[in-house]
Amino acid sequence: MNVDVIEDERQHQFVLNMGPQHPSTHGVLRVLLKMEGEYVLDPQPVLGYVHRCHEKIGEYKPARAFMPNTARMDYLGALIYNQGYAMLLERAAGIEVPRRAEYIRVITSELNRIQSHLLWYGAYLLDLGAFTPIMYAFDDREHILDTLEDICGSRLTYCYCRVGGVCKDIDDKFIERTRAFIERLRGRLPMYEKLVNGNIIVQKRMKSVGNYTPELCARYGVTGPLLRAAGVEYDLRKAEPYSVYSEFDFEVPTEQQGDAWAAFNVRYREIEQSLRIVEQALDKLPEGEVMEAKVPKKLRLPQGDYNCSVEAPRGELSYYLVSDGSDIPYRIKVRTPSYSNLSVVPEVCKGMMIADVVTSMGALDLVIPEIDR
Amino acid sequence: MQTLNSYAPEIIRIVMAVVGGAVVVFGNALVMGYMERKLAGHFQRRTGPMEVGFHGLLQLVIDGIKLMSKQLVIPAKADKPLFMLAPIISFAPVFLPLLVIPFSDRIQGFDLDVGLLFVLAIASINVLAVLVAGWASNNKYSMFGAFRAVAQNVAYEIPMLLSLLAIVFMTNTFSLRGIVEAQTVWFIVLQPVAFIIYLICMVAETNRAPFDLAEAESELTAGFHTEYSGMSFSLFMMAEYTNMFIVSCIATVFFLGGTSGIPLPYFEYTGIIWFLLKVYLFMFFLVWIRWTYPRTRFDQLMNLCWKYLLPISLVNLLITVVVVKL
Amino acid sequence: MKAYFTELFTGAWSLIVGLTVTLKALFSPVVTVQYPRQKIDVTPNYRGHIDLIKDPETGTHRCITCGMCMRDCPSDCIYLEGEKQEGVKGKVLTLYTLDYTKCSHCGACVEVCPTQALDYCDDYEVAGFAREDFHYDLLKRVEERE
Ligand code: SF4
Ligand code: SF4
Repeated sequence: MNVDVIEDERQHQFVLNMGPQHPSTHGVLRVLLKMEGEYVLDPQPVLGYVHRCHEKIGEYKPARAFMPNTARMDYLGALIYNQGYAMLLERAAGIEVPRRAEYIRVITSELNRIQSHLLWYGAYLLDLGAFTPIMYAFDDREHILDTLEDICGSRLTYCYCRVGGVCKDIDDKFIERTRAFIERLRGRLPMYEKLVNGNIIVQKRMKSVGNYTPELCARYGVTGPLLRAAGVEYDLRKAEPYSVYSEFDFEVPTEQQGDAWAAFNVRYREIEQSLRIVEQALDKLPEGEVMEAKVPKKLRLPQGDYNCSVEAPRGELSYYLVSDGSDIPYRIKVRTPSYSNLSVVPEVCKGMMIADVVTSMGALDLVIPEIDR
Repeated sequence: MQTLNSYAPEIIRIVMAVVGGAVVVFGNALVMGYMERKLAGHFQRRTGPMEVGFHGLLQLVIDGIKLMSKQLVIPAKADKPLFMLAPIISFAPVFLPLLVIPFSDRIQGFDLDVGLLFVLAIASINVLAVLVAGWASNNKYSMFGAFRAVAQNVAYEIPMLLSLLAIVFMTNTFSLRGIVEAQTVWFIVLQPVAFIIYLICMVAETNRAPFDLAEAESELTAGFHTEYSGMSFSLFMMAEYTNMFIVSCIATVFFLGGTSGIPLPYFEYTGIIWFLLKVYLFMFFLVWIRWTYPRTRFDQLMNLCWKYLLPISLVNLLITVVVVKL
Repeated sequence: MKAYFTELFTGAWSLIVGLTVTLKALFSPVVTVQYPRQKIDVTPNYRGHIDLIKDPETGTHRCITCGMCMRDCPSDCIYLEGEKQEGVKGKVLTLYTLDYTKCSHCGACVEVCPTQALDYCDDYEVAGFAREDFHYDLLKRVEERE
């Protein structure tokens, strides 16, 4: 709810420091809130508490060695970050990826997206004060993690993609478990709807909190579910289908209201769409190799600039690489979605109550290490 | 000498009532502490405490020892005397309402004519403690929590009292014993609207989720008790649990017929079994909704009170009065 | 007025529906395990830190001290030394240390090794009090292993 705030009553105003350690900032983000009573006049995010120089590290190592770093930027979308970086290098070095590997990348990435959304779902409701949904969401998420662990060997910061494919083929057990999981999650979604989505308190808390318009999103570079909540049907998987996404039949959920409730629904419906993609990919899974055989040991990228964008759970992720012809990149730039998404906070959260600031920051689905890199 | 003799049974009665009150306060804190965690666990398909004792039964004892042995940290800029006083203000008065509650026909400290008013008056002292705690901590989050608590409790006392008044009109007495005795049919049947309003107000009055705005941890870290640790924190906790117990007792007395139930031998005393059963049913409800719902926003909380509860309870009161007079 | 009551009743109904969900969960079996007492089997594909494989035929590791793993590791956490010994072809491994605090589980070393001398182990309970607890001597580990 937005209110007009009387600007000159200085003596009533004070600064509230939300973070770096605060239960609802999910990491070390600090937001300086200039307050008047319960109302926030001017929220200012302060970044840099988990800056780890990932981009700079990339300039000192062979291009391929940056792969594990990508997983550490967004620990919830690690496979998608892996995939994006692998695609960048493949594009730069002109390497074809076997179709089976592309399919496996899509399957694992979509599973990764589902687990990211499930975690967000739980954590967001935790922000709103409901303790139980996060436990149920974790219960489901655990099944994805177990399945992925069986293939990738780790649970969170996977390093699964390789230049020219993936490091390990999936087996029948994986396919079986994934299918079982799809069944299971489909069966659980009505439960979530009953417990959370239909709940009047949840709806009251989220509806008309935040006002995202397509124009505002364009100005700040907001992408992902938030942009789709503002009514723009823009999803890189559909807009410029990379990998094999053009072969699947799925929808891009959009909402028109541009508030937290719309963002909530977009993300929630994306879970279902991702399930559809995984299901189709499992059906169509081609046989063959998962690793291109002719990948040089030392990956020399021809001189030039390269760019590659993928749709991460939080929005558009872009890698930009400048090569001077050696095997070490001259510069790597990563455009992470949360960074741009966070930048709307000062404008959108102005004049809100503090509880609404928590709601609308939760709707951004921030992953702090991704913002600071 | 003779006067002293005639006072002696009265003194014994007072001592027993006070001791009984203390037993209830601490016993209830232990039971509720355990029940809350265990239920929270199972609501979330976890096990809850399991390590200390059989299925974690002794967990609360261990926690108590831990809290007692912790250092009392007083923030440097806090108002020290008030900071120390707040938990005491919160905890000390919770014994008093227990004295007038008719646990069974014979187990009751005193039967005051104005029992209901007494209980409500004492219960509202808790707000003062929260305000003092929030102010003395010299912390913005605590301050927020305190102000929210005051606004909330003041607002919700009105529909709470109005819904109970409907029953007072029916029974013509403020005495809790009198109300229990007047119930041939449980008032939950005759006054369902009042019951639901009371149920909501009872959650708000005890600052429990989904109305735990005063300690909304995702917004205010821990609200009014952000700066409290160790024993002073546990005094707040015990006060909260006792307040829950008291409002549940009132609900039992007013709507579930107090001790009434299947007759047991020595019913003047054993009625307490039924009474406590009903009380813990309400407590279960409080825990249940806490682990189901998200928190409301502050203005919505106020809207609920002023827009829905207050008018409905007024209408309910009006209808009751008209029906009683007819 | 109509909206007022519709909202009241749909709202109240949604709250009751929510309560049934948690009530059902209350009587459902728990899904957690009591960790240190109960353990879940760790998948054989789990990638813990790397270890030298003990070759069942020779009874020792297969490393030929080529140094590829050391060169390829993006985090510089492998250090190895070898020396020429009488009567043995090539170099003999004398020291192989892994600084696990830096390892990023990328798998470069395992994949690059020409003799498949390395593999991931499945230790997942790794906790220690000092950094040095994670400086593993893999040569010693392979000799100690059954
Ligand atoms: S797994 Fe990667 S980081 Fe770890 S030792 Fe091997 S090459 Fe180095
Ligand atoms: S790559 Fe393999 S053979 Fe070469 S030094 Fe490393 S472990 Fe030994």
